[in-house]
Amino acid sequence: MAKDLTLEQIHKCYATDSGKRIIIDDISLHVPKGSFVTILGSNGSGKSTLMRLITGQEEPTSGSILLDGQNIPRLGHVGLVSQELNLFPWRTALENVAFGLEMQDIPSQERLKLAKVYLEAFGLGAFLNQYPSQLSGGMRQKVAISRTLVTAPDIILMDEPFSALDFQTRTGLQCFLLQLWAKLKETIVFVTHEVEEAVFLSDFIVVISTIPAKIKKIIPVSIPRPRSRNSPDFAKVKAEVFTVYGATSCLGNQELKEALDFLQRHKAKNV
Amino acid sequence: MRKALFSFGLLLGLWQLASSLGIINELRFASPLAILRGIIEIEEIGLPPDYYLHTHIYYSMKLVASGFGLALISAIPLGVLIGASSKVRAFLRPVLEFLRPIPPLAWIPIAMLWFGIGFPSACFIIFLGAFFPILLDTAHGVENVPKGLVDSAKILGAKPKELWLKVYLPASLPSIVTGLRLGMGIAWMTLVAAEFTGVQDGYGLGYMIMTARDLQRLDLICAGMAVIGIIGILLERLLQLISHFLLRGQE
Repeated sequence: MAKDLTLEQIHKCYATDSGKRIIIDDISLHVPKGSFVTILGSNGSGKSTLMRLITGQEEPTSGSILLDGQNIPRLGHVGLVSQELNLFPWRTALENVAFGLEMQDIPSQERLKLAKVYLEAFGLGAFLNQYPSQLSGGMRQKVAISRTLVTAPDIILMDEPFSALDFQTRTGLQCFLLQLWAKLKETIVFVTHEVEEAVFLSDFIVVISTIPAKIKKIIPVSIPRPRSRNSPDFAKVKAEVFTVYGATSCLGNQELKEALDFLQRHKAKNV
Repeated sequence: MRKALFSFGLLLGLWQLASSLGIINELRFASPLAILRGIIEIEEIGLPPDYYLHTHIYYSMKLVASGFGLALISAIPLGVLIGASSKVRAFLRPVLEFLRPIPPLAWIPIAMLWFGIGFPSACFIIFLGAFFPILLDTAHGVENVPKGLVDSAKILGAKPKELWLKVYLPASLPSIVTGLRLGMGIAWMTLVAAEFTGVQDGYGLGYMIMTARDLQRLDLICAGMAVIGIIGILLERLLQLISHFLLRGQE
């Protein structure tokens, strides 16, 4: 069942040949039960490491990760939907969704019944016995989401789940996810590098820096749902996020300027 | 399938025609009809008389099944170990790299020294032929199970035993099955040579061909070769069907 998530002064470093490499530098965060939080950071900002810590695949070097204020085992209790869906190719959609329940020793009939309920609710009733290779990208995404939801995890992590999809499928799934969340009241931590996606989905946005990852700012999004991407409020929040998150400027990029100069000279010579 | 039958039929027709017209000397290579007659003769009269074809086939199959079976039950566990542990891998790889290129047939003298003449020797040769492809493909399969699948199973609460049975095993199955198919092919190919080490009961397809050679019966030699070829195809088809069934969704 949904719980709240607390990160208390998380540090993570790895030993490398050239000494200690700090990946996460003092992140503290409270995610209230039933809220939708987005962690926004560019690629290589230590987001994946943070995810591995929250799922319990790794432990922080120092600091603690608490569910409802308690330090309890997280493997098997924190769900993850990632960009590489990691569906089991030898299992049908139904068997994939039932996997987590199988790990909880729920009897075969019961778990298949429950898995079926989820897939049918997601409009995949006709594809229960198809293998992942036979499904479209959007369908696979839904199978992956059901596989996580069906186990009733305490927290649901979503690690750039939609970034490999085309625009139509992605926005469709965003709406789908929000409707689902409104019904199920799960605690969702969503990771992305896209500002618009973050503003569209979240209750608040946690902007983190590149490695070593620190929290730059936490930006609440108080626009009522359903949100329109064209509204002035949306643009205002987006602008606010951009000032913190930052975009690489086209001007004053010395490397690019040199490369372009070179190309121009090269072209002039060949004419 | 129909294309295969067509190409085979055409080839046999042309071959028979060439033999009938004397383009292919029947003393050098038997014609399809002569081979067919040979096969029937071995089944009805026997080679040598009273040693019938189906019994030859039965003995050879038993030999291949034993050698292949031994390879399977030893190579898969060892392959899993090598694939799963980089320490075991580092330790065993040099030895295996050294042993692998030695052809199974080069082991014949040692096999005869260790096991004498007969079934155990031949079985050992076939075992060697099948062992390495199964071992290497199993190790490769286990080593290359996508890390993401293992991670997501762990996150969904899988314990080590469940990881092995429900992730590593099915994920490496395509590779293991490839190894089994290769191993079976080589086992069947080594059969004739393995039976050259001698058989005690007087049965076996390889031994049968040797008998035909001693009798200078070219048609019967070719008949023996044809039977080995046909059974080889059938075995491959059978393994294909099995792998198709095992690898639903993964092809």
